[in-house]
Order: sequence, then structure tokens, then C-alpha cells
Amino acid sequence: MADTAIEVPRRNLIAILEIDTRLLGMIGAFAVLCLGFDLITEGRFLTPRNIFNLTIQTVSVAIMATGMVFIIVTRHIDLSVGSLLATCSAVMAMVQTVVTPEWLGLGLNHPLTAPIAILVGLAAGTLIGAFHGWLVGYLTIPAFIVTLGGLLIWRNVGWNLTDGQTIGPLDSSFLVFGGTNGTLGADASWIVGLIGALAAVALIWTARRAKAGHGFAVKPIWAEILLSAITAGAILGFIAILNAYQIPERRLARMFEARGEVMPEGFTASYGLPISVLILVLVAIIMTIVARRTRLGRYIFATGGNPDAAELSGINTRMLTVKVFAIMGALCALSAVVASARLTNHTNDIGTLDELRVIAAAVIGGTALSGGLGTIHGAILGALIMQSLQSGMAMVGVDAPQQNIVVGFVLVLAVLIDILYRRRTGALT
Amino acid sequence: MTPLVEMRDIHLSFGGVKAVDGVSLDLYPGEVVGLLGHNGAGKSTLIKILSGAYSRDSGEILIDGKPATIDNPRDARGYNIETIYQTLALADNLDAASNLFLGRELTNWLGFVDEAKMEAETRTIMGRLNPNFKKFAAPVKALSGGQRQSVAIARAVYFNARILIMDEPTAALGVQETKMVAELIEELKRQGLGIFLISHDVHDVMDLCDRITVMKNGQLVGTEKVGEITEDEILGMIILGKRPERAA
Repeated sequence: MADTAIEVPRRNLIAILEIDTRLLGMIGAFAVLCLGFDLITEGRFLTPRNIFNLTIQTVSVAIMATGMVFIIVTRHIDLSVGSLLATCSAVMAMVQTVVTPEWLGLGLNHPLTAPIAILVGLAAGTLIGAFHGWLVGYLTIPAFIVTLGGLLIWRNVGWNLTDGQTIGPLDSSFLVFGGTNGTLGADASWIVGLIGALAAVALIWTARRAKAGHGFAVKPIWAEILLSAITAGAILGFIAILNAYQIPERRLARMFEARGEVMPEGFTASYGLPISVLILVLVAIIMTIVARRTRLGRYIFATGGNPDAAELSGINTRMLTVKVFAIMGALCALSAVVASARLTNHTNDIGTLDELRVIAAAVIGGTALSGGLGTIHGAILGALIMQSLQSGMAMVGVDAPQQNIVVGFVLVLAVLIDILYRRRTGALT
Repeated sequence: MTPLVEMRDIHLSFGGVKAVDGVSLDLYPGEVVGLLGHNGAGKSTLIKILSGAYSRDSGEILIDGKPATIDNPRDARGYNIETIYQTLALADNLDAASNLFLGRELTNWLGFVDEAKMEAETRTIMGRLNPNFKKFAAPVKALSGGQRQSVAIARAVYFNARILIMDEPTAALGVQETKMVAELIEELKRQGLGIFLISHDVHDVMDLCDRITVMKNGQLVGTEKVGEITEDEILGMIILGKRPERAA
């Protein structure tokens, strides 16, 4: 009896390429949204400048949304992420303005200040997250209650840490993690883009080799080439767009002045890839690897699918809850770095209502509240859609209250479409 | 010969209800012991103590004649005790390979889960157990009762179970699939496994088992050899909770 791989009859291009139709639908919706705003604003929406701004505005929520995927997949919820971000931001602000310059005597803008502040912030976020997880996993308090308490507590712990004051300006090397304050410039962006494109293509082909090595069915070779070309093209195209955004002339002149030089006539420079976006990309890669290729990720999805089965299979689901919330806490701290660096100071209302944006991003991105389903890239795309919607409406001139009404409708509509989609495609998704 | 498993005077109460009340039983290699009783007789509870899902209040478990510590499912797996649950403890959203290796994933030298290898191993073992099984990429939610059952059985067989606990293994199955499970039990018996078979169906048990243990209201009614007892006598034990009176 021949034990060869089964040839599944392929119907159309999408099936041959093995692209998730749900993801394709989201990308389609996103494209329609962008083109629609671009038409209404007469070409102001899809400019390098606006795309650059959109990406840096999305980073903070998108980083947290990747962690929220794990939380929701394990059938929990975290309402405290915005407040936790504020506490982490307050801790880091105090470390770099009081602890290192005064208590440790390092003075202002010492090279060690930013690393120390970030490490302390990450530790605080992770510990608080793990504590939430312990309350949920071991003391079996519902996550909704634990994090609703956390929403009130951490917002005001942050307030107390700073006595309600805005803390700033932050350390100069800390600021490179936020927005326009830290970008790679054109050349380095191209290098990062090329490395990314090569790595993506290499990944597609090693996956093919591994499959073929075990005698499983693989895609036709032209499909792999097409997929590689699309992926590499998307990465390099994104870099090209970011590089097309020139630093405004006046700002450049000020940068030269700060260095005591005079700007040469006709000098231009690009922002390139923001460091905060690079951080988001790294977070996305790491979280995807955790989700797909580690035992931890397997256990997260198994527990979400059937908690009893996971427990009976010897998985320590209580400890798993602690780990999932600890990851969420660490990501809140990372978002706090990006958000406070972008604002160049810590304010009390930093991250307000982010919990709702983060949950909405994860849910729009296809994470099912019933657990067991969700993807990292979906959540990031969800965050991008939310941000585009909001900034597009602002550009068109929709007032803030009307914006929120639309965002609310979109959230409910997205979930409805998802339910209909899953029902139609049946049990196979 | 030392028994593979010996459970001595096991007690477990849930808030005043004595679910298992002083039950002792044993299992030898190459033997199938049937566990019978009404719903709520304590069969599943007793077996969940052996598989580590519940912790006993008192009593002793001996494996190969030596006292064993079983406080959670991981401990039980350490003693090569595998369980196939009535509720089919599978994660519906994952595929067959992920379920088969759940909690014991194969990893490569970097510590990452080796999906391709797990799928290859799954294809091999399913080829042996259920050659008709083809849905390797679909989540188990999309499988039939029999296909799901074969995933659950494959899990026990793959990891070299010595002691196999089957809780109503044929409850969700059609005729053909039930026959497949029966053949599998015979095969595993020949390989020297000890099997506990929990069932409602007296008929099933008479066919497959060597000995039969009957429980009622958490207590042991008695253990009899299959050749020495009739179906009616077993029904009497289940319903009345008394051992048959033998002609002296």
C-alpha cells in the first residue's frame, strides 16, 4: 500500500496559495478603507507623511494587542492594560528623572539612564501582570474582576507615583523609542528591509523543504515564487514609502543648528523606519513564534479550545495563566516606553481608554472571545484598521464624538461579519 | 505474579457525599478488567483517582507492587498510565497531531515544536490504527466520533501505555467503529497491557473483559471472573448491589 501524501484538489488561486481567506478579507477591508479616505481627502490620506504618522500612532496599541490575543485565547480578558501602561510609564519617568540622576548620582542624560529605566519598567509590568495572573489562575477570581480592579488601581498608583504631575522632559536616549524622535534614516531602513525580505523568503522555502522532506503535499513551485515575490515586495514597498517622507526643512535646519553646523543648500533627509515600528515588528515576530512554535503557545491555544482536556493532558493551566498575564504586563511596559517617548514626557492620562482600543483591535483581528482562536498578525492589522479609521475621520473633519460612534459601530459590525463568516465556512475554520 | 496496579481502600468524598468509599481492586498485565455500575456509582471517580484528575482522601495505590504517588495527570503519565476519557479530552480547535502530542510535543534542537515531525509520526500511527483516517490538517472539531476516538486511542498507544484506562470507549461510536475498538483492545492485551474498561453495556463487557468489578453508591459490590458468572447475575449485582448467592 503506497503511503504517499494525499493530493487535495485545489479550486482557485487563493486555495493554491494557501492564504487564509479571513486575513485576505481583512486586508481587503483595510484597502477599501484607505482608498475611500484617500478619495474623500483628495489624495491626502495615502501620502508617505500620513502613512508614516499612522504607523507610529498604531505601535503602542498594536504591541499590547499581541498580548491581548493570548489573554483572550485562554478565555480571559484584561481591562487594566491602559492603566498598567500608565503605571509603567510613571515608574520609568521617575527612575530617569529622580532615581538615576539624584539617588544614583548619574546626572541627566547619562548613557545608563535609559537602559536602567526600561529594565525597571519591564520588571514592574511583568510583576504586576504575573500578580494579576496569580489572582486569576490560583485564586480563581474572574479575570474581568481582577483587571477591572486593576483598571482603577494602576491608573491611580501611577498618579501617586508622580503626585499627579507631568514628568518631563525624559532622558534624551530614551526618546529614540518614540515616533519621530528616533528613526533609522534612509540607508539603514533599506538594509533592515532587505534583511527582512530575505528572511521572509528564506522562511517560505525552508518550510517547503521541511514539508517535502516528510513527503507531505506542497504548493506548486510557481505559487511559492509568487508568494515570495508578494512578501518581499510588500516589505520593500513599505520601506520605500517610509523613506519617501522627507524630514521638514525647518526641522532639519534646527538639527544642524543644535550641532553647531549650517545646513548645506538643498540638503534633504528621510525619516525612514521609526525605531518604535521596528520594535513592533520584532514583538510581532517573537509573539508569532511563541504562538506557533513553542510549547507555551500550544498550551495557550489548547487551553483556550478545551481547558479540561488541557488539564487532563498534564498542562499546568494555573501556571499558564500567570505566564500569559505576565507577558501582557511586559508588553504594557514596552508600550509605555513607546508611548511616553513619543510624547517626550509622562502624563497622567497616558494610555487612557487603551484597554478598549486593544481589545477592539484583537477582536477585529479575529480573536474569538469564546477562546482558542486568534492570530498575532490579525490583531496588529486590527489595530491598524482602528487607527486608520480614527485618523481618516479626523482628516475628513468628523468631530470626536461622531468618530467614537463610528468606531463603536465598526467594532460590532466586524464581530458580526466574523460570526457570519465562521458560520458559512462551517467547522473547518 | 505481582499485579500491575493495586488500589487499596480508596476513599474520596465531595462535600459529604462519599463518591468512592473504601474500594480496592487490582489489574494484572495482559488483563482487561471491566468496571460496571449505574451512573453515579463511582466508577469514573475511582478511575480519575488513578489517572491523577482527582486526589484521593485516603488509601494506597501500588504500581508493580511499589507505592506510587499520583497527585496530578502528569504523575500518572510518568507511570505510563494513559486514559481515554468518555468526554474525549481533545482540544477541538487543534489538529490531530497537536492533540496526539498535547503536553508532550516533539521539539527540535532549538526547543521549538517540530510540527512536520509530529504530523509524520501521527500519519504513521494512524496508518496502523485507522488506515481510513485522512484529515490530518483539520481541527478535530471537524472529525466524526470514531475518528476522534482513534485520535484519543492513538495518543495512548503512541506513548507506550502499560496501564490503559478506557472510560466508555464505544459510547459515541457506530457499529463498525465499535468493532475496531474491540479489535484494538484484543491487540493491546496481547502486548501485555493492563486495561480498565468502564462501561454501561454489560454485553460489551462480557465480550471484552477477563474480570468484572461492580460498584454501587461508591462501594465495591464484588469482582468476578467472566467465565464464572452469567449476564443476569451481573445485572443483579448492579441493580441490587449484592453478590450472587452461590449454591454451596
